Amino acid sequence: MPRLTRYFIKTALVYLAIALALGVVLAARAAFNLPDEFAALSPVFFHLLMVGWAAQLIFGMLFWMLPKHSKEHPRGDERLAWAAYLLLNIGLVLRAGGEPLVALRSDLGLGWLLGVSALLQLIGGWAFILNAWPRVKER
Amino acid sequence: MIRLSVWTVRAALLYLGVGFLLGALMLAQKGVPIDPGLLRLLPLHVEFVLMGWTLQLAMGIAFWILPRFSREPRYGRQRFGWIAFALLNVGVLSAGVGQWLSAPPFIVLLGRLAELAAVAFFALHAWPRVKPAGA
Repeated sequence: MPRLTRYFIKTALVYLAIALALGVVLAARAAFNLPDEFAALSPVFFHLLMVGWAAQLIFGMLFWMLPKHSKEHPRGDERLAWAAYLLLNIGLVLRAGGEPLVALRSDLGLGWLLGVSALLQLIGGWAFILNAWPRVKER
Repeated sequence: MIRLSVWTVRAALLYLGVGFLLGALMLAQKGVPIDPGLLRLLPLHVEFVLMGWTLQLAMGIAFWILPRFSREPRYGRQRFGWIAFALLNVGVLSAGVGQWLSAPPFIVLLGRLAELAAVAFFALHAWPRVKPAGA
């Protein structure tokens, strides 16, 4: 299993644990009438689950299992895949911290964090697609 | 990888790319307001990433890696797979764009029916291939 796949999968598992912990917090809010501010964690919960866990696990598996690109470069341009890993995760962490902050304290002027997060995740996602695309091929 | 898988996985990657773009626009809008109308992209974003990307990728990989038959056709009834591919994409576009543009409800209904039919044809293709090795 390539090193990048191990990074993708282990990072995905960490996000899964964090997402489920957030799910507990969101459920506790409803059960114990905790302050409405906790609801700001809801989009973070969904995206840690769908991007941090699901998409990242899939990226790791595809990087490992898709047909080889060529004998010299079996996994295509690996720099693109590493860029995808780094950008996606930096962007996601920025979102996880920034989105509740912006929702609860708009006076802090941290909206730019979400713009940067969006851009990093977008470039990261597209970098992965560029790496994977040539490997999706018939024999 | 068989041609059916190539088309299905590449379509899934396209939905991933567009889905990420839609998500990025909405996230940026929350922090750096550009156009409030961007937040209406949510149903299209959800449709693209859940059905267009995740479901379609699973189908494409399954067409490829499920056990083959020892005799031709080794990949089973691929025609059902192609029908599933076509129906799923019609369904995703119809349901997604229909919700985004607040189209008449029957457009979204048709999309959902197409998605349901796609899954039925996928199951018809995949069911016999879920078998012990060598069978």
